Amino acid sequence: MATKPLAGQKKHKSTWSTIVAQYELILMSVPLLLYKILFSYVPVVGWTMAFQNYKPAIRSFWKQEWVGFDNFVKLFTGINGERFLRDVRNTLGQSFLTLLLGYIGSISLALLLNEVRNIKFKRIVQNITYMPHFLSWIIVAGLVSTMLAVPTSGGIINDVLIRLGLIDNSIMFLADPKYFWWIVAFSNLWKEMGWNTIIYLAAITAIDPTLYEASVIDGANRYQKMWHITLPGIKPTIMVLLIMNVGHILEAGFEIQYFLGNGLVVESSEIIDIFVLRYGIQMGNYSLATVAGMFKTVISIILISVANFISGRLGEEKLI
Amino acid sequence: MKAKKRKRIDIENVIFTTLNTGYLIFLCVVMLYPMLNTLAVSFNEPLDTVRGGIYIRPRKFTLYNYYVVLNMDTIYNAFYISVTKTIVIVATNLVFTSMLAYTISRKEYIFRKFITTVFVLTMYFNAGLIPNYLLIKKLGMINTFSVYWIPNIVSAFNLIVIRTYIKTIPESLIESARIDGAKEFRIYWQIVMPLIVPTLATIALFVAVGSWNSWFDTFLYNSGKQELSTLQYELQKLLATTMTASTRAGAPAGGAVSAAQAGSSNVTTPQSIRAAITIVTAVPILLVYPFLQRYFIHGLAIGSVKE
Repeated sequence: MATKPLAGQKKHKSTWSTIVAQYELILMSVPLLLYKILFSYVPVVGWTMAFQNYKPAIRSFWKQEWVGFDNFVKLFTGINGERFLRDVRNTLGQSFLTLLLGYIGSISLALLLNEVRNIKFKRIVQNITYMPHFLSWIIVAGLVSTMLAVPTSGGIINDVLIRLGLIDNSIMFLADPKYFWWIVAFSNLWKEMGWNTIIYLAAITAIDPTLYEASVIDGANRYQKMWHITLPGIKPTIMVLLIMNVGHILEAGFEIQYFLGNGLVVESSEIIDIFVLRYGIQMGNYSLATVAGMFKTVISIILISVANFISGRLGEEKLI
Repeated sequence: MKAKKRKRIDIENVIFTTLNTGYLIFLCVVMLYPMLNTLAVSFNEPLDTVRGGIYIRPRKFTLYNYYVVLNMDTIYNAFYISVTKTIVIVATNLVFTSMLAYTISRKEYIFRKFITTVFVLTMYFNAGLIPNYLLIKKLGMINTFSVYWIPNIVSAFNLIVIRTYIKTIPESLIESARIDGAKEFRIYWQIVMPLIVPTLATIALFVAVGSWNSWFDTFLYNSGKQELSTLQYELQKLLATTMTASTRAGAPAGGAVSAAQAGSSNVTTPQSIRAAITIVTAVPILLVYPFLQRYFIHGLAIGSVKE
């Protein structure tokens, strides 16, 4: 019994002496830690706005009007509610299509590039498909709007479709809501599919080559090798990326929807982030916009926890 | 029998290779065409472009579009801000992120776990646009250059990548420097830093691309001050005007007519100016890539496989 406080004391002393001994490491890191807390954690205090009828003109935090869960009710009911739920649907729809096309595009491209024997050709294809990744969304949005325009304005897609005789008149892609989700998904595919193969190609090089040799002896053909060795070989990578992406499924981008969205397609173009911007910054309804932002963060955390848990249960890689 | 089977595999191989090559070439065309088309339009005479039919080669070559663009004061200033901002962000990011990564790679460091957790958590949650905006406003950073770099000097993801890489450095190397009397900062600066150059090059590329291409920070925080505008922001403003012009007018010629009516110039159109600015905005960052390329494939593979 008597030794216990002594041990405690000793530990305390050793902690203190460790801190003194490591003062240099502390000087190198703690200022950056405080900086991160200021810019990433302190803003969470702003979530109190969700329970207030926040008026920027009122300086004092305590003089704001507290309204309980009124803003939450407002966000999900009435006109705001209709608009918000529509935006949630758009966010999920665009994200899901983007993810789906992205996975199919990048994984298949990685598998096909892996089959190319001519190294020079492979390099060229890789470098060309990486290039769009370096363009900003502003540039991509501009290119997309040009490509989808009428033929005389440079709209190559309508041009090709007309020449092939598939359509008689140009399709107004950017004026019809039913195309918008696909435009977002294909723009993402164009921009990132090449770049995203890097990680899969890296995973493919880590596959044990004896597996291929053994399969050849067993008489496996090219497709069987791709399907039964390469694909399972990159499965852990695919799962890790899937978990990460599921956590970010409410991040459907911002720029492309903001630039290409217009009055004609707003019912399928507006996403949560744009809702937050319009209500918060442009209309000054900080409280309602904060609730919408909170909703996004909370759903993301739930999704990533669930995906992480399921992945762990299935015996796959866990992220956290 | 065996020969027959081999022959069948040969034919299959030829068919596969042909289809595969065909698909990859098709992809390359799809990736390149929009950029080549923009390049062609930027070098074509504006009023000729309006007639349509420009694909990947200018029909009537001119440098006039670039002449106009490079004579716009706003573009010069925006170019300067974009470059300065990118250099400052890359420099501060590399120094601060690698310094922090070094400290959390030291197993004996008492706050190692705590600091790592604080940073990693920020990869998964975000207070949201409005609270962040109000913080920046309270700090008095709206319409200042500092808002471009101060909120972004350490990224959690890059921190973890660099830490993973530092851990591959043999401990004995660091130990021997310590025996020779080097203190932590000196070990980091003189021993660790030179060894992680490939990773730092990769991170530099990512950060540079992110910073050069960012538009939202200017839009949200600095749109009230023309002197702080960036190339991306100027391009977007132009894009917005040409897009509304084309939806309203319907016909492609509408753009040209409205430009002439606006009295900006008789021989240029928003479409051509836009193409030239797009090229001016895209080329600098595309030029950075080949220089850093030899490092980055390696660096990226390390960061990703051991994630």
